[in-house]
Amino acid sequence: MAHSRTVTKPVSPATVWIRRCLIAIVLIYVGVLILAPIAALLRGAFVDGLGAILEALNQPDVFSAFWRTIEICLIVVAVHAVFGTIVAWVLVRDKFPGRDLINGLIDMPFAISPVVVGYMLLLLFGRNGLFAPVLSALDLQVAFAFPGMVLATLFVTLPFMIRELIPMLEAFGIQQEQAAATMGASSWQIFWRITLPALRWGLIYGITLTFARALGEFGAVLVIGGGVQGRTETATLFIYRALEERQYVGAYSAAIVLGLLSLALVIGTDLLRRREQG
Amino acid sequence: MSAYEMSKSSSEAIPGRANRAPLPWGRWGLRAVALSYLLLMLIIPLAVILQDGLREGLSGLWQQVTMPIAWSALKLTLWTSAVMTVINTVMGTLAAYVLVRYDFPGKTLLNSVIDVPLAIPTLVTGVMLVVLFGPQQALGAWLKEEWGFSIIFAPPGIILALLFITFPFVVRAVQPVLMDLDRTQEDAAATLGAQGWTIFRRVTLPPLILPLASGALLSFARAIGEFGAIVIVAGNIPLYSQTAAVYVLGEVESENRLGASAVSIVMVAIAFSLILVVGWLQRRSRRAKP
Repeated sequence: MAHSRTVTKPVSPATVWIRRCLIAIVLIYVGVLILAPIAALLRGAFVDGLGAILEALNQPDVFSAFWRTIEICLIVVAVHAVFGTIVAWVLVRDKFPGRDLINGLIDMPFAISPVVVGYMLLLLFGRNGLFAPVLSALDLQVAFAFPGMVLATLFVTLPFMIRELIPMLEAFGIQQEQAAATMGASSWQIFWRITLPALRWGLIYGITLTFARALGEFGAVLVIGGGVQGRTETATLFIYRALEERQYVGAYSAAIVLGLLSLALVIGTDLLRRREQG
Repeated sequence: MSAYEMSKSSSEAIPGRANRAPLPWGRWGLRAVALSYLLLMLIIPLAVILQDGLREGLSGLWQQVTMPIAWSALKLTLWTSAVMTVINTVMGTLAAYVLVRYDFPGKTLLNSVIDVPLAIPTLVTGVMLVVLFGPQQALGAWLKEEWGFSIIFAPPGIILALLFITFPFVVRAVQPVLMDLDRTQEDAAATLGAQGWTIFRRVTLPPLILPLASGALLSFARAIGEFGAIVIVAGNIPLYSQTAAVYVLGEVESENRLGASAVSIVMVAIAFSLILVVGWLQRRSRRAKP
């Protein structure tokens, strides 16, 4: 291998050994920390063969849990695609007092515990919650129901779309939009024909990350949804219940499916981007 | 800007913005949409928890937080996160350095594996660690028998889970800065006779300090709130391996609102201050760029 390409001075044997040691340390660290657990999970699921996995996954509960997760993800992605774009746009192009503070607040869901997120929603929408009178008047159930789980996932995934779009909007600038405006394009046309295509990869990445994060959300939907089997159970909540009931093959297989879905999404987007950029 | 929007906001409209590109629905309409979205999604939930936890004043909150089980949960959360941050900072810097400066077989693969923790749900991370190190598994049983050392259902499992989840943060914060660094200074130091470690400490490290600090604090902030992986690996034994997030869940389930809100507020306050510091560090390191 061309290992000396980046080094200008003659390489002493000691330096070569230090380099080999550093590379080995990093490879072992990543191997033990990341690859070994992944391998162990695969081995644990396949211990009774593929048949046992398919049998464990082929239950109505599993299907309904995964379907509920996908539904939540789709709604969350759609909402953030629209509002995330608007928020990113306003934060980049609009100047108003308190903008820096809001910019900082956007990252809060990233650091707040999902359990606390679920609990906040419970305080708002629960039995004795702040919005309880309104909800009962409208005959709406949010806590321990689907809408609450959507809200929890919305909160948790809030930063992803916005954080992808802000640097793109900053880099894109406003010259092209101004030029189009000078030539008489309407603002809607400018948005659809110029701004949106320029932001395309930011949007795609934002959607991918939001979707992947929503797929794996656990703590917040556990607290606000309660994890009632067949009613408010998502894929992660199914894995949790299966572990507690010692259905290990079911838990491991569902965990693999969920992990693979997430990975495929992220890797697929990356490949797509590399292909387009040559 | 439509006439409707104009009339609604004319009293606050700032003149001298005419050279900007016009927008759909008008600037004020968009601003209103964006701000009310953030208000609904972020501010109201955060405000309600503050209000709930402070119902009995600061002393009431303090009393809840300093109850033995809550206090030990908070301490455990902080020290495991701190240990993780130290290890992650060292190993993340090393990984970024190796990836940027050396060529070796498998480098591209290593570079992709670093992002894997971002794509794997943290609950799945917890399951994986239990399968590998759990007391009923070969490796876990061997560690326990030969060394008397448990990883799973004990604090080391928490640290391991946090290390897995936050590994990309430091690497990805340092890597781009390291790539942009001018190598002539290192070469000059080497020509003047400086040794490898001295060069790293005196020449390479200083420009990495800001991104390193923001990556480390970000992983610390992320670790304070982690739940999915920890609830699986920690065993959640009060006073021993129960973290703050798991404690809050327990108090919510046993309907102790005051206790749940008090510990939540402490966690939110920590998260908020860390996020503000990280944002400040990131702005500074962006400005430090030539």
